[in-house]
Amino acid sequence: MENEKHFITCRNLSKSYQKGSTTVTPLQDLNLEVQRGEFLALMGPSGSGKTTLLNCIAGIDQPTAGELIIGGRELNRMSRGELTQWRSQHCGYIFQLYHLVPILTAYENVELPLLLDKSLSRKDRRQRVDTALGLVNLDDRSSHYPAELSGGQEQRVAIARAIVTDPELLVADEPTGDLDGKAAAQILELLQRLSGDLHKTIVMVTHDPRAADCAHRCLHLEKGQLIEAQVEGGVS
Amino acid sequence: MRNLTNLFILATKQASRHRTRSVLTILGVAIGMFLFSSVETMQSAMEQATSTTSADTTLVVYRENRFCPSTSRLPEHYLSQIREIDGVAEAIPVQVAVNNCGASLDVIAFRGVPGDDLLRYNKDLELVAGSIDDWRNRSDGALVGEHFATRRDLSPGDTFEAVGVRVVVNGIIRSPNPQDNDVAYVHLPFLQQASRVGLGTVTQFNVRVTDPARLDAVAASIDNVFRSDSAPTITRPEKAFFAQTAKDLIEMIAFTRWLGFGAVAGVLGLVANSLLLAARSRIREGAILQTVGFSPGAIGMLVVLEGLILGLTGGLIGSVGATVFMTLNRFSFGSEGLILSLSPSYIVSLWGVAIAVVLALLSSVWPALEAARRPIVQSLRDC
Repeated sequence: MENEKHFITCRNLSKSYQKGSTTVTPLQDLNLEVQRGEFLALMGPSGSGKTTLLNCIAGIDQPTAGELIIGGRELNRMSRGELTQWRSQHCGYIFQLYHLVPILTAYENVELPLLLDKSLSRKDRRQRVDTALGLVNLDDRSSHYPAELSGGQEQRVAIARAIVTDPELLVADEPTGDLDGKAAAQILELLQRLSGDLHKTIVMVTHDPRAADCAHRCLHLEKGQLIEAQVEGGVS
Repeated sequence: MRNLTNLFILATKQASRHRTRSVLTILGVAIGMFLFSSVETMQSAMEQATSTTSADTTLVVYRENRFCPSTSRLPEHYLSQIREIDGVAEAIPVQVAVNNCGASLDVIAFRGVPGDDLLRYNKDLELVAGSIDDWRNRSDGALVGEHFATRRDLSPGDTFEAVGVRVVVNGIIRSPNPQDNDVAYVHLPFLQQASRVGLGTVTQFNVRVTDPARLDAVAASIDNVFRSDSAPTITRPEKAFFAQTAKDLIEMIAFTRWLGFGAVAGVLGLVANSLLLAARSRIREGAILQTVGFSPGAIGMLVVLEGLILGLTGGLIGSVGATVFMTLNRFSFGSEGLILSLSPSYIVSLWGVAIAVVLALLSSVWPALEAARRPIVQSLRDC
C-alpha cells in the first residue's frame, strides 16, 4: 500500500490565505513523498512556501486543498483538536530561534510536551526528560534557564523537547540559521544521528547548502511548487 | 485531574517567575480586598447592631425627644414601676457619660450601674482579668470592656481619666453583646456625682423581657405608665434604639459600601488588565505550548489558573490582613453614647477571599479566550 511505502504523502497540496484584499498562495498543487526514516531538506528563496509546507506537515497549519497523509493519517481532514492530539504524539518541531519558554529551566522546557499526557507519572516524565537531555548531551545543564545557555545549547534543548515524546517525525525550520559554524555542525550531526540511529523522519527547511548536504535528499521550492529533486543518498 | 494538577504547577511557575508583575498584581488585589473587607466588616457590625431579630429581648427606656445621654434624664425611681410591668424579666438603671455625643471614632463611654445588679442583669459577662470583688469594694472602680482595654492599653490596676471622671481599672470583661466590650462599667452613684447629674437621675433603663414576642407590647406598656409623668419615656428594642439614635453614623457607614464596590471593580479591572497584558506578551509562549501539544483549552485554562493564583493570594492577604488589622486595633464608632464595635468577622474574611477568587475567574475569561483562540501560525509569525 502507498501509505506504508511513503511516510509522508502530499498530493496536489495547496494553501492560500487572504492578506488584505489580495490572496496569497504559498503552496500550489504540490506533490511530495517522503519515506519513513528519511532526512529531507527543503530549500528555496524567501516566500517560496517552505515554512508553510513545513507547518502543514507539522500539523500547525492546514492546507486549503489537496491531501496530506502522514503515517496513514489524513491531516487535511483533522479538526484543530485532533491535530493538537496528533502533534503531541507524532511530531516534534524545532524552530530557528529555539523558542524556549524563558521562565522555565532546560528540564522544564523539555518536560512541557509530557505534561498533558495522563498516562505518565512524574517519575516517568523525569526518566524521559533525562533520556532526551542525555541524547543531546545536556544532562548537566538541566537546571539552567535559557538565558544561561549558549545558542547551540538552547537549540539542543529545543531538540530534546522535540524528541522527548519519541515522535516518528521531526520538522525543523532552519535549525542552524541562528548559530555559528561550530554549533551548527553539532546540531546537524545530532539531526543525522536522530535520523540514522533512531530512524526519525526529518523534514528540514534550510538556506544553508552545508546543512542541506547532511540530508538524504534535498528539494527546492519556488512559488509554492517543487522545481527540482536532487537525490543525495538512500535511506538506510 | 493529573492534567489539571500539572497545569496548576505550570501556572504557579508562570506567576512566581514573572515576579514583579505578579507581586504588583497581588498587592493591588490585596489592597482592594483589604478595603472591601474593612467596609464589609463595618456593614456587618452595623447589621448586627441594628437588625432586630425574633430572639431579641432587650428594651431601652429613654427620655422622650432626647437624643444624647447628656440630655436624657429619667428619675431613678422609675425602676420599681418598670419592674412591676407584666412581661418585664429584669431592668437596670444606667447612667451614661461620654466624651463625645456626636459621631466619633474613639468614643469613651462610662456606664454607671448598681454594683449588685450588673452581673444579675448581664449574666453572660465574663471576667478576663482582675477581680469583681475589687470592683464591688471600690467606689471609683471600673470594669472595662476588653476592646476598650485593648484600644487604650489598660489592665487591672491602671488609672484613667475621661469626661472629668477618674477611675481605677479593677477588671477586664468580655461579653457576647458588642456594646459591653467597648464601655467602662462604674458604680451608678459614683458616676451620678462625678458627671454632676446628681443622685437619683439616670440616662436610661435597660429592660429585659420574658418573651421576645412581647417586646413591642412591653415597650408600649412602659411608655404608657410614664406618659403623663414629668419625664415621659420612649421605649424601643435596643437595636432599633441604636438604629434611630445613630442614624447619621449608619448613613455614613452605608455610604462606605460604595467604596467596597469600587474596590471590587478595581480588583476586577486590575486582574483582567494584568492577565490580558500577560497573555499578549506571551503570544509566542502560547504558540510554543500549542506546538508541543497543548490544546487551546489547556492554554485558556493556564491563563485562568494564573488569574486564580493571583486573585486567591491577593484575596487571602487582603481579607485576612483586614481581619488581623481590625482584631489588633479594635476600632469602634460611637454616636450618642452608643458604640458600634468593628469586630472582625471570619465570615466576612471568607467572603472576601471567595469574591477575590470569583473576580479573578471572571477577569481571566477574556484573556483566556484571547490566548486560546489565536492561531499558532499567526502567533509565531507575529512574535
